[in-house]
Amino acid sequence: MSEIRNYTMNFGPQHPAAHGVLRLVMEMDGEVVERIDPHIGLLHRGTEKLAESKPYNHSIGYMDRLDYVSMMCNEHAYVLAIEKLLGVVPPIRAQYIRVMFSEITRIRNHLLWIAAHGLDIGAMAVFLYAFREREDLCDVYEATSGARLHAAYFRPGGVYRDLPDRMPQYEVSRVHSEDEVRQKNINREGSVLDFIESFVERFPGCVDEYENLLTDNRIWKQRTVDIGIVTPERAMQLGFTGPMLRGSGVEWDLRRKQPYEIYPELEFDIPVGVTGDCYDRYLVRVEEMRQSNHVVRQCIDWLRQNPGPVMTDDHKLAPPERSDMKEDMESLIHHFKLFTEGYSTPPGQVYQAVEAPKGEFGIYLVSDGANKPFRLKIRAPGFAHLASLDEMARGHMLADVVAIIGTQDIVFGEVDR
Amino acid sequence: MTTLSPADQSDREDQKRSGEDVLTALATSFGATVISDFHERTLIVDRGEAFALLRSLWDSSATRFEQLIDLCGVDYANDSGALRGHPERFAVVYHLLSVSRNDRLRVVAYLPEDNPRIKSVVGIWACANWYEREAFDLFGILFDGHPDLRRLLTDYGFIGHPMRKDFPLSGHVEMRFDEKKGRVVYEPVSIDPRVTVPRVIRQESTE
Repeated sequence: MSEIRNYTMNFGPQHPAAHGVLRLVMEMDGEVVERIDPHIGLLHRGTEKLAESKPYNHSIGYMDRLDYVSMMCNEHAYVLAIEKLLGVVPPIRAQYIRVMFSEITRIRNHLLWIAAHGLDIGAMAVFLYAFREREDLCDVYEATSGARLHAAYFRPGGVYRDLPDRMPQYEVSRVHSEDEVRQKNINREGSVLDFIESFVERFPGCVDEYENLLTDNRIWKQRTVDIGIVTPERAMQLGFTGPMLRGSGVEWDLRRKQPYEIYPELEFDIPVGVTGDCYDRYLVRVEEMRQSNHVVRQCIDWLRQNPGPVMTDDHKLAPPERSDMKEDMESLIHHFKLFTEGYSTPPGQVYQAVEAPKGEFGIYLVSDGANKPFRLKIRAPGFAHLASLDEMARGHMLADVVAIIGTQDIVFGEVDR
Repeated sequence: MTTLSPADQSDREDQKRSGEDVLTALATSFGATVISDFHERTLIVDRGEAFALLRSLWDSSATRFEQLIDLCGVDYANDSGALRGHPERFAVVYHLLSVSRNDRLRVVAYLPEDNPRIKSVVGIWACANWYEREAFDLFGILFDGHPDLRRLLTDYGFIGHPMRKDFPLSGHVEMRFDEKKGRVVYEPVSIDPRVTVPRVIRQESTE
């Protein structure tokens, strides 16, 4: 009989289940994983270095491109860090808008996660269902900020502009008949807020659909139950945050425990898992979608009743009205200074974390009093999660590695920065 | 399964108060100074004592920092003077989180330019592994006792430490595919560095 040897296998970086550009060097014993060495950095763009050479506001766009499926949550952390440094509190309406969009972003992120995770381990249909809803949320992004993905909507001192009164509609074309377009435009007759409300009404039913497809599905359970179990003690050792930590049974959510903006005013529950396997993390994220939906609904109700400013009136920080600039010398100077030089922050260091869909997304900002950060460190949740891949996958089969990558919700924009 | 969250508010307040005293006592015993700024506490500790202090912060029942949220390097070379409260060039910054006490803490240790070296905390928090590799890669800070101190984010065969202040923004080399040689070649970078918005420090912001 011939001798059986362990062998080394390469996975990625161009592999559909690698969620971008992950390269794994795996030591295998037959089909069982002995050791994994993830090679990251293939998407490293030097965001932190670039931010040191630019005024504060110029880097907001870079934040979108970190975790490029939960754009506004990254902006949120960055903007809050600058506000903490400056001691600025944005108007209450801006805070509600920001929280509403953070939660919309959480739903978007989890939709993409459930789609990709399902696809990775063999559930093709969920992808199609999840992207149907995600499309509507892309439209909300587009109507509000002008971009479907990289919004750059949050600004220090508030948000870029108020929610529009009109939702863009589909138009008749060669491929879309009048009837078809009328059908598509049914919930686009009113404002953006009306459109979001119609989505919020519909969405719990959609989540039920995903759950019908997966929760009691035998194949889904075979692929996820008891795969990648992490105990609560180990989860904290490994620096887990967000759904990864809650999946292991630790009730920890920054929105509740260290609340920022208007989260204390809002009502929502924090789901926690029991065994800490892939299936529990799936259940936690599905429940988070429902809870986020609930939060969005509360924000809509408040926003309907309370019009007001959405940007601070400190023109050292926010540009003045266009019409004021035509007549008022001071406004013109403010505008000029803001766009040529930016604003300077007081010297010091702050750390601001938000509960991003993937976990704790933190910004550590060191300022020396200039109009650019002296040092910007981005604490990405995915970085700590991916670092634990070796430990989570050891002793599992090769096919389970894909399930574990999926459950970690890895996005390379934030891991590599 | 255990739920390790702060259970009840009054209890938490008590814990926080006792934690505050213990923290000051702990800091004094390791020769560290406590600074409070922007509602955040920072411990500045000598690099020789850093490991022992961090282990106590993790270990002590009154502090219980179970999580290392972040570890990063900072290069204070040619800073504008506003930050220069210390003579050393590098710093390692640890951000700790206590889930059971709902508390955060920052620990800073400064390292000299000629020998940026500090004891690794992988033995305390397992997640420090990649964070230390990253700090080594980007700043060239060495972590004694790290099991596998390799580069993490930069390219295979990369030279230099890109986050250092003396490393140019556009880098030193660029790469392209050479048709004749049939492989990727590295060449000196062809872009001229330029500054679009100059760095300005206004008097009123530093006051």
